[in-house]
Formats: sequence, C-alpha cells, structure tokens
Amino acid sequence: MFRLKLVPAKTSLRFMERRKIAFVLSALLILGSIVVYFGQGLNRGIDFEGGILVEVKTEGPADLAAMRGLMNGLGLGQVALQEFGAPDDVLIRVERQPGGAEAQQTAVNTVKAALDPEFPGISYRRVEFVGPTVSGELVEAATIAVLTSVVIMLIYIWLRFEWHFSVGAVIALVHDVVITLGMFSVTGIEFNLASVAAILTIVGYSINDTVVVYDRIRENLRKYKQMPMPDLLNVSINDTLSRTVMTSVTTLLALVALFVFGGEVIRGFAFAMIWGVVIGTYSSIFVAAPVLMVLGLKRGTRDAEDGSGDEATA
Amino acid sequence: MLYFAKWKIAVIAAVCLIGLVFTVPNFLTSETRQSIPDWLPNQSINLGLDLQGGSHLLLQIDREAVLRDRLTDLAETMRNDLGDIRPRIRRSGFQVGDLSVSFEVRDTDRMEEVREVLRGLVTQIGGGISVGAGGPDLQISTDGNRFIATLTEAGIKARLSSAVQQSIEIVRRRVDETGVNEPTIQRQGEDRILIQLPGVDDPDRIKRLLGRTAKMTFHLVDLSADPNAARLPPGTMVLYEEEGEARIPWAVRKKVEVSGEHLVDAQPNYQEGRPVVAFRFDAVGARKFGQITSQNVGRPFAIVLDEKVISAPRIESAILQGSGIITGGFSVQEANDLAVLLRAGALPAPLTILEERTVGPDLGADSIAAGETAAVIGFAAVVFFMFLAYGPVFGIAANTALVTNLVLIIGALSALQATLTLPGIAGIVLTIGMAVDANVLIFERIREELANGRSPFNAVEAGYRRALTTIVDANVTTGFAAAVLFAMGSGPVRGFAVTLFLGIICSMFTAILLSRMIVALWLRRKRPNVLTV
Repeated sequence: MFRLKLVPAKTSLRFMERRKIAFVLSALLILGSIVVYFGQGLNRGIDFEGGILVEVKTEGPADLAAMRGLMNGLGLGQVALQEFGAPDDVLIRVERQPGGAEAQQTAVNTVKAALDPEFPGISYRRVEFVGPTVSGELVEAATIAVLTSVVIMLIYIWLRFEWHFSVGAVIALVHDVVITLGMFSVTGIEFNLASVAAILTIVGYSINDTVVVYDRIRENLRKYKQMPMPDLLNVSINDTLSRTVMTSVTTLLALVALFVFGGEVIRGFAFAMIWGVVIGTYSSIFVAAPVLMVLGLKRGTRDAEDGSGDEATA
Repeated sequence: MLYFAKWKIAVIAAVCLIGLVFTVPNFLTSETRQSIPDWLPNQSINLGLDLQGGSHLLLQIDREAVLRDRLTDLAETMRNDLGDIRPRIRRSGFQVGDLSVSFEVRDTDRMEEVREVLRGLVTQIGGGISVGAGGPDLQISTDGNRFIATLTEAGIKARLSSAVQQSIEIVRRRVDETGVNEPTIQRQGEDRILIQLPGVDDPDRIKRLLGRTAKMTFHLVDLSADPNAARLPPGTMVLYEEEGEARIPWAVRKKVEVSGEHLVDAQPNYQEGRPVVAFRFDAVGARKFGQITSQNVGRPFAIVLDEKVISAPRIESAILQGSGIITGGFSVQEANDLAVLLRAGALPAPLTILEERTVGPDLGADSIAAGETAAVIGFAAVVFFMFLAYGPVFGIAANTALVTNLVLIIGALSALQATLTLPGIAGIVLTIGMAVDANVLIFERIREELANGRSPFNAVEAGYRRALTTIVDANVTTGFAAAVLFAMGSGPVRGFAVTLFLGIICSMFTAILLSRMIVALWLRRKRPNVLTV
C-alpha cells in the first residue's frame, strides 16, 4: 500500500556532529535580527504607534498619485498610501498627530472631508484611530503578555523535566521570537496587535515542537542507560523527525491557504505564522536538543534515575 | 487502551452529537433559526465587529474634572456645615487643590469643633469585593491652624467608579436614542467605557452626542455689570454666546437658578419656521422656574449649556406651567441633538474618545468570505494529505477526528456565545493544521512499535499509550500561551485566543478518545495479522 513519507521510516542523521554549523547559523540570524531591529526598527502599526488608518474603496481603480498629492497637502505630517489587495482598495495611514485623542479625531475628519469631493462614490471600509495613551498601554500589555507566557512555560517545563530542558526550551523560544522580530523588521510587514498574537502562537507552537523532542529524550534517557549523550540526542531527534516534519507540513498547508485566500487583512499575520512554524521546527531540531549538551545534561539526574528498566527491552 | 466499554462509546458519541446540535444553527438562515424550539440550541456564533461591520469606541472619563467636582462639592458642604455653627467660627476662604481642600481657622481655640464637623464628612468605603479599595474616602490632617482634607486612594477610586457608572447610564440613553441595534456599553479599567455599535459604519452623530457633557443651567444676567470690564462683581462670571463667528460676552450670575436635572422632557420643534427645542420641568423645576420668571419679568434669562450661553431671552411674563422653548439659531440636526442630550441627561464629567475602530459592512463580509475559503481549502489540503500519509483506515480516523474537532469548536463558540473575530478565523484555520498533530504523534509511534516487531494490537495499544504524555505536555504548554493571550489581549486578539484554546481542548478529545475509538473498533472487527500505518 502506498504511503506518502516525507521522512524515511528509519533515519540516523548525525545532528549533534553538525551542531556547530547550526549554532553559527542561529547566531548569525539572531545577530542580524538584533542589528536590523535596532537599526531599522519595526514598522509599527497604529496599535502601537498611535495614529490613523483609513481603508477606502474607490469607484474604478484608484488614482494613487492624485490621492497621495491630496493627502500630502493636508499638512498632517507623514501619510503613507498603499494599494490593498485590489486596485480600487487603498490603505491610507497617517502618522500620529501631535496632541491627544481629539487631534487624531480631527485629522480623520480632515482626511474624509478632503477625499469626499475629489473621489465621488468613495466608501470607507475601515476607519481607525488610536490615541497616544492607548498605544502606549498596548505596547506594555503586549510585552508583558509575551514575557509572561515565556516564564509560565519555563516553570511548567522545569516542573515536568530537568532544569536543563527548561533553559533549553526557553533558549529555543527566545531564538524564535528574536528571529521573527528580525523578519518583521527586514520585510517591513506592519507590526500590530495581530502580530503579537502571531508571536505568542509561534511561542506556543515552538514549545510544542520542543516538548515533543524533549519528551523523547527523557524517554530514551531511561531506555538506553549506556548510550553516550550525543548519540542519545541523535537517536531522539531521528525518532521524532518524521512527526516533526509531518506536523509542520499540515500546519503549513493550513497557513498557506490562509495566506493565499484569507484576505488582505490577515495576510501579514499568516506570513508571520508561516515564518514562525519554519523557524520553530528548525529550532526544535537544531537548537533545543543540541543546547542540552552545551548546558551539560548528564545522567544521574532525576529523569535518568527514576523508572529504571522501564520498557528497556521494547 | 483499546477496550471501550459501551457507556464510553455512548459518552463520546453524545459529546460529538451535542457539538453538532450547537453547530447546526450556524448553517441555517435566521428565519429557520427562529423556528427552532427554545429547548434546542438556536444561537449562531456572535460575530465580532471586524466581521459584521460596526464601530468600536473607547472613551475615557475626564479624571481631573471628576475630582475637581468632588472637591468643589466638598468645599461647598464644608462651608455650609461650618456656617451652621453658632457662634461663628472665623476662618479663611477655601483653597481647592488637585486632591485636597484646605482652609485656615482663625479661632485657634476652636480647632476641635472644626475637626468634629470635618470628621462627620468622612465616609467609610466598604472593602467588600473590591479588596484594597476599602477605608475612609477622606483624610483630615492639620498643619498649624490649617485644615487639609485630602482624597484618599479609596475615595478617588470610589468617586471615579460612580462617575463611570453614571456615565455608562447616560451614554446608553444617548446611544439608544440613535436607534442602534444591540449596542454593548461596558466599563473597562478604572476610568474607561467601551462602546460597541454593531452595524454602525459612520459613528459621527454618536461621537458628536458623546462629546458633550450637556450640563444645562439657567442663570440670571447681571445687567449692572459690564461683561467687557476687567473686574466683575463677586458672584458674576462672563460666559459667551456663539453666533456664527461672533462671540458675544454675557455677564451672568454664578448662582444656578434652575438646573437641567429637573428636565423631564425635551423635543425638537418649530417656531415661526425655525427649529427650536421645547422642554418641560418636573414639579420642583416648574416651581423654581415659575418663581424666578415671575420675580424677574423684563430681564434676560441665560440658558447655559456646557459653559456656553445658548441664548438669553428676555422674560416676557411669568412662566408657571413649567415648560418653555429654547431658541438659539439651531439647524434641524442641532435641535434634534440638543433634545436628545437634554432628555438623556448630563454626563458627570466630559468623555474623550481614546480609540476608534470602525469597519464597514463590505469589508466584514469580504473577510468572512475570504476566511471561509481559506478554511475550506486548508481543510481539504490537510484531509488529502492525511489520507496520503496514513492510508484509508488511519486516514479516516484522523480526518473524522479533524471534522469533529471543527464541529466541536464551532459548537463551543456558539454555546459560549463567544465572539468570533477575523484573527479567530485564523485561529480555526491554524487549528486545522495543528489538530492533526496529536494523531500524527500517535500514528508515528504506532509505526515505530510495528517496526520493533509488535503485533498490530500491541503496537496500536502502545502507540496510543506512549504518545499520551507527549500530547498532554505539548498541548498544556500551547494552552498556556492561549490563556495568556486571552488574559492580556483585547478585542480581536482575545477572539483568537478563545478559538486557539478551544482548538487545543477539542483536538485532545478527538485524538485521544475519538480517533482511538475508531481505530479500536476497526481492529476488533477486522483482527488483521499485518498492519500498515
């Protein structure tokens, strides 16, 4: 009977021997991300920056140049226009106006008043403005959310496994988050509340992947009492390799569908997730497990001692 | 792991069935839904504003105004209470600061008497549910012969809380006047109000209505004072009347003769073809109004709204029936708005709009359509892939689990009346991909066990058993991420967290119980000697 196998049934790839390559690659990615993040920064959406966002639909293809000219003449500071999914769909972003929430409100009215006579039949698909107080709080809440979830996972894994695993998982996690932030910075994809949701989901996905590999390492520690550590880690990664790849592929199938068909509003989110799944899969194989060696995971620790002889002959 | 008692099978089937019953209404038209008897679930998923279109406004109450009002009131009460004491206690005037009222007592031997009076003004705020908010609302201290009454943390909280509560009531009345269907108005945080207006794609009128405090008062005009003079007699202030571009100053008495609280009705009307607002007072208001108008015939009477003179008509004759008309050169719209504002009552303090998000109905509909397409295609791709990878038997088990998983998520969302947002749809699509993970873990494990030479029965048994801890560990950690998102997120992000969380629970149920049951039943029937996963 035919079975689609993305990974051969029995593999024995030498991951540990190649770990230096992976570490160098990861280090470069992280370093690059940090440099870009601090150099270029994120393209923060109005959720975090404050300001105004207006999505309009024009009758017939929009004359972007004319619209841009009109918007720049309003004296509202930086205005960015982009076609949004269709030629008659335009996204207008106006930087945060000096002053409080009222100033944003006034600017929205100015934009509408300018567009209405010039583009008859224009309709407003979306109007959003966020005042400076709220955007500041949203930044804070988002940061706290990501940090809290990382800490909770650290504690959970620490309780369920040895501390090495907990630290290793968090290293893999931070690795994924930093590189994802780097991706946002390089591509200039708008960073908004949905992006934070994407990052938290990546955190969840990445830890999920890592835990599956760690679970197998824990099991093998009990099963193979004599095997040297690098071999044991290799065996564990190989054991779970097929599953890791299969799950990544099904998740990616769903995400690609979302990216292609899910509409313009969700596209950035879908892209971030796709990136996150790829990075998360990479990190659980090439970072999370090898890092255990660096951290000096040894036998004789809690996990290796209990459950002696458990299924050793299976 | 492979033996299922009859009752277990029944329970699993029942859960799936209940999920299905809750899911079905989502695929019916609203007419059909209404014909479903009440004992059956007949609610569809609540769509978020980003999907059904509508306006989301976040308002903040002016904290300083609330506290200033409170302190001014407090000073007034002190003045009255201390003024009642005979013989009179000599003291300086009241100084109202940011958080305190203070004054100096000149009769230093009577400090205790004053202290006694001030003590009577302190209210204990019940701790109750709001732990930490309990305690006195004022702290009375002295500095030499100076008394200082400072608002405590608890006092500030209580005052803000009641101001927000009152505001919500007024906001609700104003919004209701505009005929919006099912608005949601709720408190958020200490000093904020969140308003959700489904179906409203141009909230301008509502914003205009909410942007005004609508405090209406009637004052006598001080004819002896020159409003342009640098100094005014005590008890008189200058307020302006706006007429087009012009600002006309009026010297009005500070004393409020009648206030808007006594209004019982206000309606837009016409007088000589011009829009006006007709109003009516309650009994108390009517009596006061009658008194003032009969004593001041011939003098102008200023109608003041939010510190601006709307008009100051001359009192032609005593108005005793307690009703009158406000003329002010209104447009029809302005007269309508003013009538609404007067009927709904005044806000305790001004509100500012901190955040607005308005989505037109087209965009919402487009988002739903796109989300559905993505879900269907993603679903089809995953189903096809699972068949290719694990063959008919395990493919069916995994895919049945997947379908059930979706049904359960939609059913749970409907039953909980949770709000589905665009990120929520993304969460569902993501769940489609991740939900098979549990099954993949199990099937891969079974493959390994088969490769180790176990019999089909043994291998399947061991596969499910061994994969279980991994599934639990992996899902619990993801569940934490979803829970954090829910706790800290707002609006759409929360919707995403809900679907993600439900997805995790449902996928564990379907993988650990449902797919196992399907495989087990098949194994017991066929009893194959060789098994290919």
